[in-house]
Amino acid sequence: MNLSTQAWLLLLLPLATAALIFFVLKRSANVSALVATASSAVLFLTAVALARGDAEGAEIASYSWMYLGDQFDIRIGLLVDELSQGMMLIVTLVGLLVHLFSLAYMKDDAGKARYFAALSLFLFSMTGIVLADNFVMMFIFWELVGVSSYLLIGHWYQKTSAAEAAKKAFLTNRIGDFGFMIGILLVWTLVGSVTFSTIAAQAGEVTNLSLLNIAVICVFCGAIGKSAQLPLHVWLPDAMEGPTPVSALIHAATMVAAGVFLLARIGFLIEMTELAAQVILWVGAITALVAALMATQQNDIKRILAYSTLSQLGYMVMAQGVAHGGSDAGMFHLYTHAFFKALLFLGSGAVIYACHHQQDIWKMGGLRKSMPTTFFTFALGTAALIAVPLTSGFWSKEAILETTLHEGHIGPYILAMIVAFLTPFYMTRLFIVAFFGDPRTHDAEKADEVGPLMIFPLITLAVFAVFSAYDPFAAWFKARGHADFGHLVSHFGMTAILSILGLIVGVAGAIFLYRGRDTDPINIRLFARKFYLDEIYIGLVRIFQDAVAHACNMFDRFIWAPLVTKVPALGALTAGGTMRVFQTGNVQSYAFFFGFAILALVLFLIL
Amino acid sequence: MTILEAIVLFPLLGALVILLGAPARFIAQGCSTLVFLFSLYVLFQFNLGKEGGFQFTSSRTLLEMEGFPTLSLAFGLDGMSAVMLILSTLVLMAATFVAPKENLLNGRSKLYYTCIMLIGAGAIGAFCSTDLFFFYAFHELALIPTFLMIGMFGRGENRTSVAWTITIFLGVGSLVLLVGLLWLVQALGATTFDIEQLTALAQGASAVDADLQKWIFLILLIGFGVLVSLFPLHSWAPAAYAQAPAPVAMLHAGVLKKFGLYGLLRVAMPMLPAGAEAWTNLILVLLLGNILYIGFVTIAQSRLDMMLGYSSVMHMGYVFLGVISVNEIGLGGAILLMFAHGVSIAVLYALCGAVESRYGTLNFDELGGIAKSVPRLGVLFGMAAFASIGLPGFANFAAEVAVFFGAFRDADTNNLGFLQWAGILAIWGVVISAVYMLRAFRSIFMGPQPEKLAQKQGDISLVQAFPVVVLVAALLLIGFKPELLNQFIRPIAHSLETAISVIAK
Repeated sequence: MNLSTQAWLLLLLPLATAALIFFVLKRSANVSALVATASSAVLFLTAVALARGDAEGAEIASYSWMYLGDQFDIRIGLLVDELSQGMMLIVTLVGLLVHLFSLAYMKDDAGKARYFAALSLFLFSMTGIVLADNFVMMFIFWELVGVSSYLLIGHWYQKTSAAEAAKKAFLTNRIGDFGFMIGILLVWTLVGSVTFSTIAAQAGEVTNLSLLNIAVICVFCGAIGKSAQLPLHVWLPDAMEGPTPVSALIHAATMVAAGVFLLARIGFLIEMTELAAQVILWVGAITALVAALMATQQNDIKRILAYSTLSQLGYMVMAQGVAHGGSDAGMFHLYTHAFFKALLFLGSGAVIYACHHQQDIWKMGGLRKSMPTTFFTFALGTAALIAVPLTSGFWSKEAILETTLHEGHIGPYILAMIVAFLTPFYMTRLFIVAFFGDPRTHDAEKADEVGPLMIFPLITLAVFAVFSAYDPFAAWFKARGHADFGHLVSHFGMTAILSILGLIVGVAGAIFLYRGRDTDPINIRLFARKFYLDEIYIGLVRIFQDAVAHACNMFDRFIWAPLVTKVPALGALTAGGTMRVFQTGNVQSYAFFFGFAILALVLFLIL
Repeated sequence: MTILEAIVLFPLLGALVILLGAPARFIAQGCSTLVFLFSLYVLFQFNLGKEGGFQFTSSRTLLEMEGFPTLSLAFGLDGMSAVMLILSTLVLMAATFVAPKENLLNGRSKLYYTCIMLIGAGAIGAFCSTDLFFFYAFHELALIPTFLMIGMFGRGENRTSVAWTITIFLGVGSLVLLVGLLWLVQALGATTFDIEQLTALAQGASAVDADLQKWIFLILLIGFGVLVSLFPLHSWAPAAYAQAPAPVAMLHAGVLKKFGLYGLLRVAMPMLPAGAEAWTNLILVLLLGNILYIGFVTIAQSRLDMMLGYSSVMHMGYVFLGVISVNEIGLGGAILLMFAHGVSIAVLYALCGAVESRYGTLNFDELGGIAKSVPRLGVLFGMAAFASIGLPGFANFAAEVAVFFGAFRDADTNNLGFLQWAGILAIWGVVISAVYMLRAFRSIFMGPQPEKLAQKQGDISLVQAFPVVVLVAALLLIGFKPELLNQFIRPIAHSLETAISVIAK
């Protein structure tokens, strides 16, 4: 199989799987699940083959999708380079593990076939984003990711909260896509192409740099939506209503990383546009900080992880804004984060499963003894997330912080450094409350270690969480960075010292505060209520959407429509027409007379 | 008799046979299926290599009088009418399958099916006519049974007043249109109603004086605008669609309404390019009214039928945006969108009828969670809803993207024009339509099912689902491979652009 075939297989196999389940297999849930899992395994192997291949100079066939004149020739074409090869490995590996985990987690679910079809659809959309060689194709799959995420979040559609969360996720993403589309159009007007390689070649000739800045900021809106950056972050915590493996796959490792991937893809544009780069930088840094603050006061295990995902995505986005070298650091963090965050989510899934769908950490406790393997793997995941030295997360976070400082972005650097103190704090809080002490509820007492089908992905991911930054792994995954002791020693400075200090202070603080507690000793409503942003948004929607809609409706219905319809209609009615006209009278016969006169005419002329 | 004449004639004959007492539903379905297959055949036979002009032409002179333009029954097909033809026959076929069985119509099935066939025949005739007089007359032929159906088979209490409203509105609109068309023919000094010859005249030496073009175009814009529910002339549409029986709503919102847009592209724009240019800004404002103002009104609806009615008004704004961009991308997108919107709104009305016949209500707050009882209906509705909000994979997305690119093609990058700003605001409409569609889907199909709805309702059967599945399949097919229709659209969009832009200068 040559590179082109492999790439096309990566794109089309998940679509075929989804279609097969949807049209043929949906009545046999177990077969559907196995087919989807087998397909995701093949997908991963194909991605491995793709990554081994030499992308330089490979000819990949592309197909015309929409062609209306030479200026508008949208093609479905695949771009295989180091960036997409590496990203594809992450996506398919996490995808495979989540499929395996889901086999157990969704064992008794009534909508199992539907669930696995949606997972396949999601993989299709995601490979499309990764392989897209032009903006419009990326937008197409961008939207498809949105819809598959909608289907998965809303999997338990009978639950009001799930139904609302699915809708919210789709709509919030649409707002981002509004900007994305405008950005694409502006780039197209400026450069005359939507294909990345052509844009890269011709962007230098753009004279109107201020519009190019605006264009890049608009494209960034798409990333804000998909990667859940402030101010469009609100959908991600709610998205935890979906089944937990979904949270691990798409709301931690892949879908939300798409925004970062997009920014890395257009890195050459960000390097040209200073203002846009600043916007990206600050949005990322602020998201990292605000989300970390919110995470400190959450009680739902999945939501804590969701806010931590937001915060880490903030790091990655910030790195994209650093541009020069930062883009690689951000992609490196995306790579390490994908594994340890998927691990944490699947671990939380195991906990939730064992505790009979209990998600409140204050109703857990003592799981260390009853679920030793889960405990151990969760510990490793936490270590990576809080950047314990030598774990994978440590290396990638160092890389981001260091380039940010190196490029002289002091403000974002300070924000990011505060996050380095907060992350160890809230994760240690979660860890102590859920796993240590005594079981606080009956569910937690009864908790039992999960089965091997769930354990296997946990252990695999735990290995990655620790070692993924080291070289045989990192190079194999075409990661954009790796553990470099020489560099660490020679550049040992403020960044390393501060982040290790942050780690110690955060962990110690959390141990001091939460050890042996049954309730939360600190209570900061502002953080617990997420800065009231949800409430503010609801208010804004009420005013700027619902109230406006209501006003327009009232006007249209009670003022405009009567004015233009009732008045003339009344005239007609009084002038002699009543309902009888329709029932029996002249109009009917007129209609038929008219119709058959034409018929007669046609017949007369033709025959 | 050419095949095109046969396609126009068959539904008319079908209507007659039904009226004379043949089994109504059977004849209607058979006849419309046959016509659909015929038009598919025509599309396959269509010579794509031919530069411009009509194909499958036929012309039979009806009236030749000194001092009066020659009147002929003339048919022909070019890329644009080919797309409209396949849309009409496809939706007509689906509508006859969605229509209720005879025993549910209280002995009035003859009337019911005759009307449906007449609406279909009128639409097909109008799109295939190459004679301005019959172009108009066939549309009238379709309108009258539409009024009758709403008046007689409307679903609500106030169907009479709604029927009167649409009758008067569209009656007046048609009258204005007639005045405009006659004025146009007179101003051209034409001795024929043949559209091709009229266009040649208008683009040649005897072009209408630019000042006069402006006024004739305005009259035509009002006339066609009423028929397409261009803001603020839209008030007849939502209530009429909400009242109309499902097949009529499918046919009118899906097909017949497109006559106004078709007319603009076929007659008004190419014959009065300077007039079109003079009113560009007005049209941009009005289409934003369609997209934003009507979009907000749509959000506020609390019944599915009204919401669909307003949404279909709203989406016309996008077609206008493509039309007024006056370049091959926008025009092509507009024509493709006519097809895509026609099919998707037909699906939605068909399914809306299916929901109402099962649950007896369309109020959002009385429904909920019914996907549990009627999963197949839920999946189909979900697909149609996502198609209508422009999800990639469905034809609507391909068309909307082309419309947006069309609006930006000739942008001055140093100073974006009104067209581009309108384009940007129009893109916000994509968010608006997602809001109302997902709200509707959420409140009807998702969430907990109220107890009184929980008694077992039969899901839509495979036979009932057939017409809907065909339409959804068409949307997917064109969405994945728009080239299937683009090959027809591209040449006509290109020649329209050349004709309009060259002459306007």
